[in-house]
Amino acid sequence: MLLDRVNRSFGDRPAVADLTFGAPAGAITAMLGPNGAGKTTALRLITGALDPDGGTVRVFGLDPGRPADGEAVRARCGVVTAKPSLYDRLSGLDNLRYAAELYGLGRGADVDHRLRAAAAQFGIDEALSQAVGGYSTGMKTRLALARAVAHDPELLLLDEPTSGLDPESAAAVLDLVRAMTRSGRTVLLCTHLLAEADGLADEVVVLERGTAVATGAPAALAAGFWPHPQVRIQAERPTDLDRLATWPGVVGYRREQEQAVVDLDDAARVADLIMGLSRDGVRLVAVEPHRPTLEDLYFAIQASRRAVPPVPHLPADGPAPYTPPAPAPAAAVPADRPVEVGR
Amino acid sequence: MTAVTAGDGTGAAGVARRAGRRGDRTPLRWGRVLTVARTDLRQLAQARDFWLPMTFLGALFYAIVPAVLLTTIGRIGSVEVIARVSSALEMLPEAARTQIRGDSAAGQTGYALAVFLFAPMAVIVPLTISTAVGAATLVGERERGTGEFLAHSPAAAREIYLGKLIASLVPGYATVAVGFGVYSLIVNVTVGPEVGGWFFPTAQWWIMILWVLPPFLAICLSLVLRLSARVSSTAAAQQASGLVSLPLIGIAYSQATGVLMGAGWLPLWLGAGAWAVALVSLARGMRAVTRSRLLGVGPGL
Repeated sequence: MLLDRVNRSFGDRPAVADLTFGAPAGAITAMLGPNGAGKTTALRLITGALDPDGGTVRVFGLDPGRPADGEAVRARCGVVTAKPSLYDRLSGLDNLRYAAELYGLGRGADVDHRLRAAAAQFGIDEALSQAVGGYSTGMKTRLALARAVAHDPELLLLDEPTSGLDPESAAAVLDLVRAMTRSGRTVLLCTHLLAEADGLADEVVVLERGTAVATGAPAALAAGFWPHPQVRIQAERPTDLDRLATWPGVVGYRREQEQAVVDLDDAARVADLIMGLSRDGVRLVAVEPHRPTLEDLYFAIQASRRAVPPVPHLPADGPAPYTPPAPAPAAAVPADRPVEVGR
Repeated sequence: MTAVTAGDGTGAAGVARRAGRRGDRTPLRWGRVLTVARTDLRQLAQARDFWLPMTFLGALFYAIVPAVLLTTIGRIGSVEVIARVSSALEMLPEAARTQIRGDSAAGQTGYALAVFLFAPMAVIVPLTISTAVGAATLVGERERGTGEFLAHSPAAAREIYLGKLIASLVPGYATVAVGFGVYSLIVNVTVGPEVGGWFFPTAQWWIMILWVLPPFLAICLSLVLRLSARVSSTAAAQQASGLVSLPLIGIAYSQATGVLMGAGWLPLWLGAGAWAVALVSLARGMRAVTRSRLLGVGPGL
C-alpha cells in the first residue's frame, strides 16, 4: 500500500497535503498524529471512499479511485472506523450478515458459522441476537472489529480501534492485531494513543496537518534522535556524577537536577561506569538504561519540527525515514501513562 | 496512474477527474442491490414508530373512508344528497359517463365514487409513504454514521442507490397492493349489489395501478433520493421532499383521474410518457449518490 504525494482538500481546507508513505505487507504500520492531522482522510483515500485531488494511491497494485479497482481493493480490506458504523435497529448477527453479503461471502448456515466464529474472537458472540441499539460502546466496537475481519481481509485499516474500550478489551484487540500480522495480513492502525502503538508498530507514520513528517521503523527513527546508547544515573550526591563527563566512552554528559544523562559510544560501557563509580565511593541510587518509547520519539519529532523549518518535500521515489536535523532531548513525560496527543 | 493535480477536492481538477471515471463502469451486481434493499426493509420493519402511522394512513384512505361513504350512500337511499351527486355526474366526460353502471341513483353514485372519485387515494398513499422512507434513507445513513461503512464496502454507489430506491418503493407499492385488494373487496360488497354484481377493479384501474402509478413513484423517489443524498439532515430532507412530492402528487392525481375517465389508448400513452420521464430521472438520480456524500464530506455538506 503506497500513497505518493497525495492531496485532498475540503473546500479551502487541505486535509492531506503531499502525503507520502507506504505500509509494508505483513507488518503493522501505525499512523500517529493529533486529531485533525489527516489520519481518517488518509484511510478513506486508501479504500477509495474518497478520491484524491492529486497524487497516487496504490493498494495491492491497484488504484482504488477507479471503480473496478476500488471494488477489488475494498473487498480485500477490513475497515474499523472511529465510530462503529452499525445499524442499531438490527441484531448483531444481522449487522454481520449484511457485511458478509456486501463483501461477497453470501448467506447460509456456513456463513453464519463463520460470522459467529469472528464474533467469538472478540467475545461478542453471546450478544449476537440482541439489537445493536442496546449494546454498550465497547460491545459495538467489538462487533465492528468482528465485522471487519469476518471476510478475512488482507489489509486491515483500524481507525482508533480501542476507542471506548475498557483496558482489558483494548489489550485483547491489540493482541488480535498482532496475531493478524503473524498470519500475513497487513495492518494500518490510526491512533492518537501513543502507548497503544508502542511495541506494536513495525513502522510509524507521524502526521501533522495532513503531511507525513516522519516515517520509518521506530528503532531507525529513534536512532536519528538518540544515536548513542543512553543511561540515566542517580546518586546520593548528584555532583559526584559530574566526573563521568571526561571518562572514556562517554560521548555526552549533562545533569538534570537529581540525575545525570550519559551518552555512551557503546552500551557495554554501562557496567564499566558502575564499577568505576563504585570504586570511587559514589553511592548510586538508580541506574536506568534509556530505551526511547514511541512517546519519546513522537515528542522529539514534534520538538525538532518546532525548532527548524518544515521539511518541504519527502523524496519523490517513495517513503524514506525522516532524518532529523539534530538530536533533541526526549520529552519529560511519564512513560507509564498513555499520552493523548493533541488533547 | 493518477495525475498529480494538486487542488481543491471540490474544484475543477477533482470534478474533472471524477467525471472522467464515470465512464469506467463496473457490472451491476443485483445481489448487492437486493442486499441493500432487504437490509433497509428489515430496519423499517423494526421501526414501529414509522409503520404504525403509515398503516393508519393506508387504512384510512383504502378502507375506512370508502367503507363509510359507500355504505352511507347505499343505506340512505334516494335522498337529496344522492340527487346532487347524481347531477354532478353529468359533469363527467362522455367516456366516463358511458362506463357508469347501475339502475338506481344510489347505485350509479356508488359506482362513480368507487371507480372515479377515489382515484387520488391510490396515488396519495404510496407517494406519501415512499417519500417518507426515501427522504430519510441516504441522509439517515450519514447521520447514523453507517454511511461510512457503506462507503468503505465493495458495493458500487449505484448499487447502493438502486437498493435504496427499491427499499423506498416497496413499502409504498406494497401498501397499494394490500390497499387495492381491501378497497376492491369493500366496493364490491357495498356497491356490487346495486350494479348487478362484482365489478371492481375495472380495466382502467388495473392500468393505473400496474402501468401509471409505478413510474410516478419512481419519478418522485428519484427526486427525493437526490435530495436525501445532498442535504445535511433528515429534517431538511423531509421538508425538501415534501415540496417536491406535493406537486408530483397533484400531477399524479390528475393523470390518474385522466386514466380512469379516459378511454382507448389515452391511459396507455399517459403511462408511457410517465415511464420515459421516470427513466431519465432515475438515471440522473443515480449520479447523486457518491461515496463522499455517504461520508458526509461531499460538496455542500
